[in-house]
Amino acid sequence: MDVIILFKTALIIVILLLSLVIAMYATLVERKIAGFFQDRLGPNRAGIFGILQPVADGVKLFFKEEFMPATADKFLYVLGPSLTMLIALLGSAVIPWGNTLVIGNNVFPLQVADVNIGILYVFAVTSIGVYGIMIGGWSSNNKYALMGAVRSASQMISYELAMGMSIIAIVMMSGTLSLKDIVAQQHGLHWNVWYQPIGFFVFVISAFAECNRTPFDLPECDSELIGGYHTEYSSMKLGFYLFSEYINMFISSAIISSLYFGGYNFPFMHELGLSHNWLTIAGTIAFFIKISFFIFLFMWVRWTLPRFRYDQLMRFGWKVLLPWAIINIVATGIIELVKH
Amino acid sequence: MNQDLNKIKLTDRSQVVSNKKMTLLEKFYLPAIFKGLYVTFTHLFRKKTTIQFPEVKRPVSSIYRGMHVLKRDEEGRERCTACGLCALSCPAEAITMVAKERLESEKHLYREEKYAAVYEINMLRCIYCGDCETACPKEAIFLTDRFVPSEEARDNFIYGKDKLLEPIDARIDVSKRQTPEVLAFKKDKTQLHNK
Ligand code: SF4
Ligand code: SF4
Repeated sequence: MDVIILFKTALIIVILLLSLVIAMYATLVERKIAGFFQDRLGPNRAGIFGILQPVADGVKLFFKEEFMPATADKFLYVLGPSLTMLIALLGSAVIPWGNTLVIGNNVFPLQVADVNIGILYVFAVTSIGVYGIMIGGWSSNNKYALMGAVRSASQMISYELAMGMSIIAIVMMSGTLSLKDIVAQQHGLHWNVWYQPIGFFVFVISAFAECNRTPFDLPECDSELIGGYHTEYSSMKLGFYLFSEYINMFISSAIISSLYFGGYNFPFMHELGLSHNWLTIAGTIAFFIKISFFIFLFMWVRWTLPRFRYDQLMRFGWKVLLPWAIINIVATGIIELVKH
Repeated sequence: MNQDLNKIKLTDRSQVVSNKKMTLLEKFYLPAIFKGLYVTFTHLFRKKTTIQFPEVKRPVSSIYRGMHVLKRDEEGRERCTACGLCALSCPAEAITMVAKERLESEKHLYREEKYAAVYEINMLRCIYCGDCETACPKEAIFLTDRFVPSEEARDNFIYGKDKLLEPIDARIDVSKRQTPEVLAFKKDKTQLHNK
């Protein structure tokens, strides 16, 4: 049993580091891709192809002046970004990063915690995310920051609803709340996206809104809010807020891939004739390719679509996404009834 | 007014605004979004317009108006006679100078009896119009294709003779600026300073 605990600890550390490194480089990739989309080259001065750029950005953020408004609530002011960062990282615990590794007599699952309510856990964690933003905006004691936080909170809550609804259809189909089982059921090419296209669209759109990504990046609106909920933040505290957005993006991509695109499953995985362990490793690689694609999609959409207006955003969430999610549930219910 | 004026467009991409009701398909927005995604995707592979500055320099026209130079004559003497015409013609009032009389022992240094002991151009005021160059009767000041380098303090942008005067052993070529039109203009005796 001890070996398993040791392995899990190692896995936690690896996943944490991986999330951080991927988020770090996602910032560079985002800037590069933004450049390419606009026929520019993007940052390429720090190191070859600019690979030291995230390091330079980090160092810059650390050395910037640490400023705290005199009227801010000191404790909450620091708590805000820390909470956001912590919550962003928490989501990674229930994602099955791969199948199992068999070494000797021990079976090591590539998942930190296979809780049987995995999806609910993800929802619980992401919905706390709103506290980080809300606390940050509130404790800054600044109208703009507060308005940004309120906008952000209402947006996140509205879209969480549609997101939850789209998941219910998946739960109805698979009959389980455990992410591991949901992924295992999508063996080979039986990906949920084929059976749940509407749910998939609703989920992806809500995920964009949850991550505060364009076209739903209302919390950060320079022209109206001077930066939104993090107006008063500087140096690494601001860095935490911005950085957690990239971690959120990574975790969201992982969740989208595991819910709708079969997680570590890939087509013809058993025709390859690989041994179990190698298959697991190949599956993990496939998983990361899927994740990369979705991270790219996040950026692709960001540099294509303009930002919603606040009322449009609300109307879209409540009057379009939510009804579609409910229709999807009803339709899934009928199909499941007919099938059995 | 000419009727055709209404038809003039700034670009050929403009579209007539319409408020027609959207069809059901259009109301889904997704086709339009995918189209947009396709457009941005093609830009990923377009030729990039970035010019990587220190390594690659953007070509400038041969008569580009950049940083000034104070010319010397063939014998290495300063041409400027501190007449003040350049300062007078400068619309930005960027030029300041202090004139001084040449001593007998300084004949090898200055071409005329009078010379500019101090000659300063404030590069932040200058609008690089080139009027000083046109005004100068002694062919002493020219604009060149060099850039004014960036600085951190405003004071450093006041260029004195130390920065403006061309070194004897590294003369600065301004022949490209002597276009036939310029030369004809300089010979034009109806211009006051050419007399
Ligand atoms: S270029 Fe024009 S603005 Fe500049 S110093 Fe000469 S006359 Fe003045
Ligand atoms: S116009 Fe020419 S000669 Fe006269 S002060 Fe200016 S640079 Fe010197």
